Amino acid sequence: MTETLQGLSFTRRALVLGGLQAGVAAILAGRMSWLSIAENERYKLLAESNRVQLMLVPPRRGWIVDRHGRPIAINRSDYRVDLIPDQVRDPERTIAALARLLALPPDEVERIREELARAAGYQPVPVAENLDFDKYAAVTIRLPELPGVAPQRGFSRFYPDGAAVGHLVGYVGTANKEEYEAAKNPLLITPGFKIGKEGLEQTMENRLRGKPGAKRLEVTARGKLVRELSTVSDRSGGILPLTIDAGLQSYAARRLGDESGSVVVLDCLTGDIVCMASMPAYDPNSFSDGIGINEWRMLSDDERRPLVNKALSSLYPPGSTLKPMVSMALLGAGVDPEDIVYCPGGYRLGNRTFKCLGRHGPMNMHRAIAKSCNTYFYSMTRRIGYDAVAVMARRLGLGAEYDLPVVSQSYGTVPDSEWKKRKYKQDWTQSDTLNAAIGQGYVLVNPLQLAVMAARIASGRDVAPRLIGRAHGPAAPLDLPPEHFERVRKAMWEVVNGNGTAGRSRLALDGIEMGGKTGTAQVRRITAGQRGQAGTPWKYRDHGLFVCFAPTANPRYAASVVIDHGLGGSRAAAPVAKDVLTYLFDRDQAMAALAGFEESWGGDISARMARDARRWLAAKSAAGPAPVA
Amino acid sequence: MSSSSLVPAPIAQLPWRLILLVLLIAGFGILVQFSSAGGSLMPWALPQAVRFGAFLGMAILMSYVRPDSFKAFAFPAYAVVLLLLVLVEALGFVGGGAQRWLDLGVIRLQPSELMKPVVILAVARFYDLLPAGEIRRWTAIWPAAALIGLPAALVLLQPDLGTASMIGFGGLMVMFLAGLPLRLFLGGLAAVAVAIPVGLSFLHGYQRQRVTIFLDPEADPLGAGYHITQSKIAIGSGGLTGKGYLNGTQSHLDYLPEGHTDFVFATMAEEWGLIGGLFLIGCFFLVLLWGMRVALAARTRFARLTAAGLTGTIFFYVAINLMMVMGLAPVVGIPLPLFSYGGSAMLTVMLCLGALMAIDRDNRGERRRR
Repeated sequence: MTETLQGLSFTRRALVLGGLQAGVAAILAGRMSWLSIAENERYKLLAESNRVQLMLVPPRRGWIVDRHGRPIAINRSDYRVDLIPDQVRDPERTIAALARLLALPPDEVERIREELARAAGYQPVPVAENLDFDKYAAVTIRLPELPGVAPQRGFSRFYPDGAAVGHLVGYVGTANKEEYEAAKNPLLITPGFKIGKEGLEQTMENRLRGKPGAKRLEVTARGKLVRELSTVSDRSGGILPLTIDAGLQSYAARRLGDESGSVVVLDCLTGDIVCMASMPAYDPNSFSDGIGINEWRMLSDDERRPLVNKALSSLYPPGSTLKPMVSMALLGAGVDPEDIVYCPGGYRLGNRTFKCLGRHGPMNMHRAIAKSCNTYFYSMTRRIGYDAVAVMARRLGLGAEYDLPVVSQSYGTVPDSEWKKRKYKQDWTQSDTLNAAIGQGYVLVNPLQLAVMAARIASGRDVAPRLIGRAHGPAAPLDLPPEHFERVRKAMWEVVNGNGTAGRSRLALDGIEMGGKTGTAQVRRITAGQRGQAGTPWKYRDHGLFVCFAPTANPRYAASVVIDHGLGGSRAAAPVAKDVLTYLFDRDQAMAALAGFEESWGGDISARMARDARRWLAAKSAAGPAPVA
Repeated sequence: MSSSSLVPAPIAQLPWRLILLVLLIAGFGILVQFSSAGGSLMPWALPQAVRFGAFLGMAILMSYVRPDSFKAFAFPAYAVVLLLLVLVEALGFVGGGAQRWLDLGVIRLQPSELMKPVVILAVARFYDLLPAGEIRRWTAIWPAAALIGLPAALVLLQPDLGTASMIGFGGLMVMFLAGLPLRLFLGGLAAVAVAIPVGLSFLHGYQRQRVTIFLDPEADPLGAGYHITQSKIAIGSGGLTGKGYLNGTQSHLDYLPEGHTDFVFATMAEEWGLIGGLFLIGCFFLVLLWGMRVALAARTRFARLTAAGLTGTIFFYVAINLMMVMGLAPVVGIPLPLFSYGGSAMLTVMLCLGALMAIDRDNRGERRRR
């Protein structure tokens, strides 16, 4: 090969390389055009999603107010501290500093550490809420040395009446994992955001929640905030007006004292539930802050079941409170109310005697209700058959599940022959009839149903219980003869104001009288003559029940009071009903009575709850260290 | 020359077309450094400008050196730089950590950068010495292979895959231009094509992932693919005309890593769009075109091979960097010459350009003498 040939070869190959370079340049130009023209939209979006972080601003929850606009659930501004994961530089040191400043318990520190390890980006991790100003300030002044710590002002739910409205409104809490998985709504994991967990807070969630606001933040790759781009303010949830009278609700809850029981008061014209108290109850304020393990144990171990809304979810044999309803059935079946049944202190059916509470002698319907004579109702119900009574029971609201925004209601049993056939594959017997006639046996009702029954008898109207908003006037009259109602109401007047079983509980008011009917329900079948009275353990004692309405002249309110294991209706339930109805007409007199009671019981609800908690803790530590889960 | 009446001859004789291109590229780069620092001369734009001025002066001074002097200088320079490479390796070994530079107090010298032009000179000098008839013999291959392989291996040990492959590519290109049989290169290409999948199968999972992530960076956008993903977002979101000077979000909010050094092209493209990108690619292409013309016009075999080889070195810089930022090549730390912040690469490229200008001056002098 010569030098000339070599030169030619060089030129050829240099041109090849030059062509190669031109080719690469063309490829690069093409690639860049592809990225910036064809894929421009996609990458623009990606650049935006890099740059902009959306931070949700939890909406303020709507208030719950009573029928007069008095607040039942409101929002209180509080102080909270969150961690912004992207901005935290030294997680361990930061958490340690916060634990010291805020006096965080070890399990909380562990939770924060775990959540921070899992978290990414700008989604804050809650550290503590409901802080007092001192702690909040202590964190705030140390911010320069604690990057990523975000103290904020937020809102927390507050229930001024505390435990008195616990079962009614429920409580709010942080959404759990399942709730977030189900909804996939990023709002649910926004710190400070709570959802309804029980009662009305849960069932009316959509109305109360409101619309979250949002902040569009420009942040750097390291999570440093550059500026706020825009803010959409939140829309707070709607106000939820209840039919409840908060004053009455609170009064009834307090008046129940240390008893386990419930008070339901209805406007007997419209069906408005003006009071639905169940005690003992939990304090929704402590639930909304996240309840401690001890507090939870204390509540769930309590034999008085503070976690159950007894007004809706406890079922009782109604006992003699059913007798006005049975009387309506008797009248409807054509029984002459003046027909006399002689009461020798019991009723023989075959070789078995069904007891009455006394030897009442000759009884017509009026006296039978006033004296609560079982014999009369045994005899008369046998005459017309229980199936006819069951029809009346349903017309007066028993056995029904009402259309209410509540988490659950137990609707109980109104038995009849068909029901028994279906359920037990047995025929209805005469002794079934006798038991059912006096509200025992298969009959089971809840306190709200008793109140509805009382309201329908009191007004003769087809009232259905209501909890939300305002009624459009009185309910339509029931298609039953008004004189039947009149007769039964007269007998119920006699129970309280005449020669009846609840004479001690008549109202101490001028011109306003109460009609009612006592009931005593056996908890277990006890051999004749040995009823669940004072000597037996609490949980075997008879329930005390009372249904009533007032004023008798022109009924406006109807109520049911049930005292669990209260021994008897006239003894335990009627006095509570008397005070609760008194509150509606003469607040001062009612409050004066309550003041006396609370003094002897040891303070109001929250004071007694605090006292019980101390006792429970003391008993627990005395019993030795219980294994804590 | 006609303009000699207005401008003194030494100035008029400078290769103004090239100098203008270099000024455009570097000036544009400084503008981007200014934006990259959030609209500030410090810490990047001003030092870069000062350095560029100094290196440009150095390159112009170099253009007065006669190409024959480079010839004499080729092997000694190669020996010195190779020694420095060994020294770096030894210091790194003693110091217990890999390092690429020697701290000379005043400057940090990165011998592997210097090796890029020096290996071209050495291989060109070797083929210059080789008689034309020997070119198809074994003796035409192994000394050149050793000249290339030794420094490439040392740099690979540092470990610096990008620089090592550039030394390899540069030397091979000179071998190709020297007229070695074509089948050697075609065979070699075929061998590499086979070796790549085999070699990959020997790598550990994470190593393989680092090499191949550029094929699908979205597969691991926060990990191995982060650089490429963010770079493509920056380029793609710029669109035709860009987001406007000083308005790039990817670079200013730190989503784009190495936004003033290796990925400076993405920073630029975000703000100047496709127009800025094509302008820059065009400028580089014209520089390379100028270089190849100098090579084709060169008088001696050594000058020809050197000029083409140095042009090729600049080409590899530009091509590898741009392919990397556009997601066509794996992330290897190769900066964009004259445009990226940093002294080492700029020094290397200015040395290349200085030598090219010297050859160009020689070419033109030859024409005048004729």
